[in-house]
Amino acid sequence: MATIIGGLTTSHIPAVGNAIAQGLQNEPYWKPFFDGYKPVRAWLEKHKPDVAINIYNDHGLGFFLDKMPTFAIGAAHEYVNEDEGWGIPVLPPFPGDAPMSWHIIERMVEQEFDITSCQELAVDHGFTVPMQLFWPGLTEHPDFPRAIPISANTVQHPIPTLKRALDFGRALGRAIRSWPEDIKVVVLGTGGLSHQLDGERAGFINKEFDRMCMEKIVDDPEALTAISRMELVRQAGSQGTEFLMWMMMRGALGDKVNALHQNYVIPISNTGAGTMILECVD
Amino acid sequence: MNSDPIDPHSDIEGTTIFDGRMAMKGYALNKMCYSFNKAENRAAYLADPEAYMQEYGLNEAQKQACRDRDVLAMIAEGGNIYYLAKFAGIYKLNMQDIGAQQTGMSVEEFKEKLVRQGD
Repeated sequence: MATIIGGLTTSHIPAVGNAIAQGLQNEPYWKPFFDGYKPVRAWLEKHKPDVAINIYNDHGLGFFLDKMPTFAIGAAHEYVNEDEGWGIPVLPPFPGDAPMSWHIIERMVEQEFDITSCQELAVDHGFTVPMQLFWPGLTEHPDFPRAIPISANTVQHPIPTLKRALDFGRALGRAIRSWPEDIKVVVLGTGGLSHQLDGERAGFINKEFDRMCMEKIVDDPEALTAISRMELVRQAGSQGTEFLMWMMMRGALGDKVNALHQNYVIPISNTGAGTMILECVD
Repeated sequence: MNSDPIDPHSDIEGTTIFDGRMAMKGYALNKMCYSFNKAENRAAYLADPEAYMQEYGLNEAQKQACRDRDVLAMIAEGGNIYYLAKFAGIYKLNMQDIGAQQTGMSVEEFKEKLVRQGD
């Protein structure tokens, strides 16, 4: 049966993809951020997961407001990256695992999470930047895993509640563990932490709230479900609602995890950037 | 159910909640900005912005906000920041440029504000 080895969190800011494309990892601005990924890569090198479940939020590439799924799961053999409008180099396609996707979709709907299945899905920076950070070189990387994208809506309200996100993750964990192949799976919770891009409050970052989220998500994610969606906007900023992805990831890991590593940097672009390794405890 | 009111005129200062009401109001504007994912559409807009905006059915207030490259006005007219970011990309404006414009700061002042929040 499939084993979930743990979860990784990371921001997925477009500027990071740009910095990688330009080779700026050792510049003073970027170094504290990129150095935070060295322990993550060492952990991945040790465990070599076969599949990465990449939980992210599309920002207007794979989905538009004409049809906006609250929860969408990729069911493709590969996922293409496309121009998002900024001229960042387009990355090669990401190999998927369509049979496992369909197993997850079956098990999620069985558990009453009515998701949207996607046999074609263009993946944007929300998906690609974490893959670049964790597996530099992507398909050239010797341990590059197959990936299954899961996207949650944070583009327009109503967005899911934090409780729903955590419950989704718990159901996802059961779905993954019931896959009959003996493979290792890592779950990525991407996006956040606090940031606001729009309005007169643009540039808002909340270090104290981010720190609290990074602490609670380890041992007491349930406590975070008390935060209402409007309170999340207030405390984390309009786009800080991406923290929902972290909740989904955390739910999949089971009750007990060990936080092996964490890094937090302000600012990366307009964002408080949080990186963590949460290893599952058997 | 706990009460969790969704109100675009929320009491969160300087923040517009992009919900169904704003999604209806800004649909044409956002659809146009979504089209800017494709390079040929960006080129078509730059070649003739008025014709391009007309094709997507923007109203006059939305058109004026685009002509002025006024992000706050675009948000007031229903623009969603994720799509507006693609509009900004046409003019090579990044999120610090956009942030500075919306907060009435210079780009350097805006960047300093970001750094200060890490202290």
